[in-house]
Amino acid sequence: MNKFWIVLWHTYITKLKSKSFLVITVIVGLLTFGVTNLNHIIDFFTKDEKKVVGVIDETGALYEPLQAQLAKNKEEKIELKLFQGTKEEAKRQVKREKWDAFLTISYDDKQLPKAAYYANTIADSATARTLEQALQQLKTALATAKIGLTPEQVKQLYEPVAFQKIALEKSAKTEEELQQARGLVYAIVFAMYMFVLMYGSMIASEVATEKSSRVMEILISSVSPVQQMFGKILGVALLSLTQFAFLFAIGFSSLKSNGYKLFHILGMEQIPAKTLVYAVIFFLLGYLLYATLFATLGSMVSRLEDVQLVVTPVTLLVLASFFIAMFGLDSPQSPVITVTSFIPFFAPLIMFLRIGMLNIADWEVAVSIALLIGTIIFVAFVGAKIYRGGVLMYGKGASWKDMRKALELTKK
Amino acid sequence: MSLRLEQVTKRFGSITAVDGVTLHIPEGEMFGLLGANGAGKTTTFRMILGLLTPTEGTITWNNEPIRYDQSHLIGYLPEERGLYPKLKVKEQLIYLARLRGMKKPAIMKEMMDWLERFKVPDYVDKRVEELSKGNQQKIQFIAAVLHRPKLLILDEPFSGLDPVNVELLKEAVIDLKRNGTTIVFSSHRMEHVEELCEHLCIMHRGKPVVSGALKEIKRSFGKKNVVIHADFSLEELSRFPGVLKAKQTAEGIHLQIEHEDVSQRILAHIANKGFIRKFALEEPSLNDIFIEKVGAVYE
Repeated sequence: MNKFWIVLWHTYITKLKSKSFLVITVIVGLLTFGVTNLNHIIDFFTKDEKKVVGVIDETGALYEPLQAQLAKNKEEKIELKLFQGTKEEAKRQVKREKWDAFLTISYDDKQLPKAAYYANTIADSATARTLEQALQQLKTALATAKIGLTPEQVKQLYEPVAFQKIALEKSAKTEEELQQARGLVYAIVFAMYMFVLMYGSMIASEVATEKSSRVMEILISSVSPVQQMFGKILGVALLSLTQFAFLFAIGFSSLKSNGYKLFHILGMEQIPAKTLVYAVIFFLLGYLLYATLFATLGSMVSRLEDVQLVVTPVTLLVLASFFIAMFGLDSPQSPVITVTSFIPFFAPLIMFLRIGMLNIADWEVAVSIALLIGTIIFVAFVGAKIYRGGVLMYGKGASWKDMRKALELTKK
Repeated sequence: MSLRLEQVTKRFGSITAVDGVTLHIPEGEMFGLLGANGAGKTTTFRMILGLLTPTEGTITWNNEPIRYDQSHLIGYLPEERGLYPKLKVKEQLIYLARLRGMKKPAIMKEMMDWLERFKVPDYVDKRVEELSKGNQQKIQFIAAVLHRPKLLILDEPFSGLDPVNVELLKEAVIDLKRNGTTIVFSSHRMEHVEELCEHLCIMHRGKPVVSGALKEIKRSFGKKNVVIHADFSLEELSRFPGVLKAKQTAEGIHLQIEHEDVSQRILAHIANKGFIRKFALEEPSLNDIFIEKVGAVYE
């Protein structure tokens, strides 16, 4: 087997078997499961718990309509009980926890309903809010009836204004398409960002560990630094894909069993195939670029503690492109977005955002991809040289000067 | 199958780490590279392995430069020991040997043989960080030789080991040589080089000071040692003509003389003075030569 594959496989398997990786995957898996089943979990704890609310109806006419309104709102968690006694007696009922709360309804001076809600604590705002809402609806009905409006007229009053946005450019995306694209772009941009940050620093610390344990010298005498570096980068990529596939499978299956339409939420029902293809292309290129940078920087330090310090500039680059992308979601045509979509370090996120949200010329995409690939080749070339020299250098910290020294080591 | 270094020089900026080293190491030879710390031994090794490129000169093995496609023929024990601390001995050795082109079944067999030879077969499933320093070094040595290299480079192989383990490792090295492995090793312990090598090179500040066959080097050095144990005072001998150095010991005196003829004059001089327990003419030790050569360049 080619040595490149041996390095790749070794990186993949040892990381996969490591306790920290397993623990994190299981925890995130459980979290995914939990979040996607949140409604079930809440239901489970509150299932048969009906809130019992006593009602003192001083008007003598509002109890029935209120109950009817609650039924109309499909509110099943609140059970109303008409109470004929005094407030003091009602308070006792609540204190003895026979009821969860009680409500007094009366008319104000304009003959419209007003109410007071009594409970031991008012921490459970959901019940109070539901009752308030129902009473509000009741009051609207009463008030409009008073001035003689028909229910038809009331409906007209509350109907939202019709407001349509129409793009004049023929190829521009419709509002609906844009909304869909925004969901998709957001999801992918966020995934890329997480992916690069998590696995990039994993690569950097992986390289630094080999250096600090001094096993590196044996390694580079057996395998060329280029093979080693890319074996590691792709090994970690494979690892991350495994983790993603696992988490995605959990999330997808539990959402599906929940009846949610995940694809609908993310607006992925009618994604153009082109967008998906570009998503994969930019994802891969972005990962390659940043992973190479992380690996190069990892080879510069001799202690694991220094890794975070040395990768900070690259982390900031990733952060910056994430924030530019967030800004671009709202205004994809801003010149900032256009310019940054050609800068290789931002292009993976920003150019993809433009492809997803606008209709841009193929040549623009081609130029951006060409620049990105060119940069990757350059970074890989210089990175492999620095890596080769860097792994032989031991000292404190790392600086640009060290990087130059590492480059000089590989010269004659 | 010989290793040739021709006028190899390595400069790091303004510092010359290795300066005009020429070495011919025939196949199956055990070659010793001697030098104090910073003499350029490790840099020389790194150049042989292709980790560094010489500024000037050429390094060839079988008349070809050493490249990565030959790495299965080469074994290397770096001076800075290091293994993956979290990996088990087995996983470690399998990975490193596969990178040197070995197949897994062969690795398993060879690995157990070596672990048994070094009396540590139980460590096969232990993580490296659980082993003592000395045992880690044994594992590292196994990693360097598991794939039966043709050329073995050992950078300070015996440093940090107790005498029992030094013997164990020495025997292994001698066996490897007997099986035809060309071995280059460095040390600052003269006695190891004296014991193991036919050929050697003493380096000082990047320059080869002495180079050649051990016997030749000793003979051409000229100076000899005389050890005398006697019942009377030998103190006056330190001023005897032809005596270069003298060191009083509990039982007598150790002298360094400029030529072996001097010893006969000394013997004649003390013959009638009293009881002589021991009078021996000895070859200079490598240590004497080293101190002399390196010291001489120093001044």
